[in-house]
Parts: sequence; C-alpha cells; structure tokens
Amino acid sequence: MSMINYASREINCKIVYYGSGLGGKTSNLEHIYGKVQPDTRGKLISLATETERTLFFDFLPVDLGTIRGFKTRFHLYTVPGQVYYNASRKLILKGVDGIVFVADSQVERMEANQEAMQNLYDNMAEYGYDLTRMPFVIQYNKRDLPNAAPVRELQAALNPGWEVTEPSRQRVTPDASHAGENLIEQLPSGEWVEHAPYFEAVAVTGDGVFETLRAVSKLVLKSLA
Amino acid sequence: MAVGSASWSFTEDDFGAITHSLQRFLQESDARCALLVDRSGQLVATVGEQPKFDATAFATLTAADFSANDQLARLIGETDFNSLFHQGEKESMYLADVARRVILVVLFDNRTTLGLVRLKMRQTVDELTKLFEKVFARPAQGQGGAPGLLAGADDEIDKLFQ
Repeated sequence: MSMINYASREINCKIVYYGSGLGGKTSNLEHIYGKVQPDTRGKLISLATETERTLFFDFLPVDLGTIRGFKTRFHLYTVPGQVYYNASRKLILKGVDGIVFVADSQVERMEANQEAMQNLYDNMAEYGYDLTRMPFVIQYNKRDLPNAAPVRELQAALNPGWEVTEPSRQRVTPDASHAGENLIEQLPSGEWVEHAPYFEAVAVTGDGVFETLRAVSKLVLKSLA
Repeated sequence: MAVGSASWSFTEDDFGAITHSLQRFLQESDARCALLVDRSGQLVATVGEQPKFDATAFATLTAADFSANDQLARLIGETDFNSLFHQGEKESMYLADVARRVILVVLFDNRTTLGLVRLKMRQTVDELTKLFEKVFARPAQGQGGAPGLLAGADDEIDKLFQ
C-alpha cells in the first residue's frame, strides 16, 4: 500500500523479501545497507534471536531517487524464514507493494523453497492480495555453491508460470535480463502463461542483489503509473 | 491495476487539518509529541517536540507492535485492542487505532498523567477518524479513479534505474 505524501513530497513503498530459512534474505539487506550512500538510507533494524536468526523482521529504508519532484522512498523488509514463525511472517506482508522471493539454490533446499512459495501464496491470499497481479520477482541465491541446482530446474519448480487470461496481455514478452527467454509466452497447448522475472545471485558477495532490488522497485513505481 | 497495491495519498489540506487537530490535543493534554503511522509502518506526520530518535524506525516498530497485539487480541477472543499503553520510568507512550488504517502514538512524560492523555485522546481520535475516512474514500492514485501521479512517467522511471 504505497503512500503518497504531497506535504513532504514523498512516495513511500513497501518491499518484502520472502523465502525459506537461511536462504539469504537478511544478507540481501545487509549488502544493500553496506553499499548505498549513508545519506540515502536509514538504520538497519533487526529483530533477531541471539543466534542472529530473524525473529520478527529486518527493516531498511532506502531512497532511490526523485521522480516528478517526489522522493521515492522504499521500505525493505525481510520475514523470518523458519516455518514456525508464520504468524509474524504474515504480519509483515500487510500493505506490501512488491515481493522478492529469495530461493536457496541448493538441491537439498528445493522442498523448503517450494513450501515457502506455497506459504507466500497462502498468506497473500488471506489478505486478499493476488501475487500474480502485483510486482513480484524471484532471486535464485547461492549460485556459487557446488550443490546449486540448475536454474532450469528451479524455474520449473518455483516459477512454472500462471495463466494469462486477459486477451490484451496475451503477447510474447521477452525477458530483458535473459536472452532467448520470455516472461509471457504461449505453451504448445495454446495456453498463455506469465513467469515472474528472475535473477541469479550470491547475496553474501552482493552479486545480483542490486539487480533484484532495481527490478522490483521499478515494477512497483510502474504499478503506480 | 494490481490487487493488493491499493495506494493512498494525502494533500497539504489534509496535512493541515491533521496537524491542527493534533496541536490542540498536545496543548490540552500536555503530552510532548504525537506521531501518526500507517498500518504498513510508514510515518505520516509528527507534531509537537521533534523526536530525537530515528522516527522512520520508530514508525516501523510501532506498526509491528500494533499488529502483533492485534493477533494476541484474537488469540484471547477479542477482535482487536484499539489502544496500547507502554509505561516507562520517565517517558511513556500511548497508542490508539484510527479508522483501522492509521495508528496515533503519543509520547508523554511526568508533566501529565495517563488519565488526562487518554481522556483528551478520545476526541482527537474521533476527529482523525472522520478525517481519514474522507481521505480513504477518495479514489486512490492509479486505481482507475484519478490519474496516477506517475502516469506517463515511464521514461523517468527507466532513467532512475539505468
């Protein structure tokens, strides 16, 4: 739920990093915190346990620039990934404008990723939000690990696409980040499907972190246009 | 328009009316400072003594605090807690729900009492509720009502991310 404040000339938007436990959501925020100019970001707030597992959320406000004289301020949140924290995880989704799903690429985390994705759809639906109709990107993290699953397999499991029913949107839309791939395409069966844009990343070194953030914030601003 | 990204906006007139109402409340209650925070954690307005702490972080934690307490209320069979009170040795805070979308947070110290703050807050919450209901009833930006603030700004958005 973006808020436009004409008095202070600010557009405020909320982006939530979602995903299974230990997938790298907090690492994304920590990298952003370390890289952006201190005058364009606020404090990184972490409500974590003694062992640095996120208990409630991490929070980082960043300014991404000015459009039409309005400062664009993005509030970045992570959710606790562990399964039993669902109550607090769901609270963070309240008023969300854009979602980044951080998937752990390791083969053995595939099931945990799928569970987290299902949980995201369920929690969004409980608020009456439709994930397929809002800014949503997927990040495949930990691409540097030897046991990382091929992107093709991750895409098939986590981003198989949803049906596009509106005729006006049924046209092939190439994925600007991946040559030869499409975000919207027609299957051999005749059905039109749309995939969420995806990015490969190594959050601890920062690879792909800003590409992901840029993509989701651009989608959020375009949804206001 | 995407479901779930319903946006809302408020004008300088709204801001003036909110400020006026809160200033009167601070005068009558002897509280130090009042902040309005929306339920998603964004700071809407600050009136009175400017806080020395990080107000953005404060707003986020306030919304989380309120949401967590809403869930606690449900667990014990209430629909919500429409106000919360946190007592400190010198500084205390009182939080109240406004129109189910905004939270009014009042910071006060030993110069006043919880009783007076609570009493004066009722009228202010009523005033603010009416005001915000009007704000939320307006067609939101980019929702098929009023044209979005960023309508036609695609090039500018693209440039921002180059």
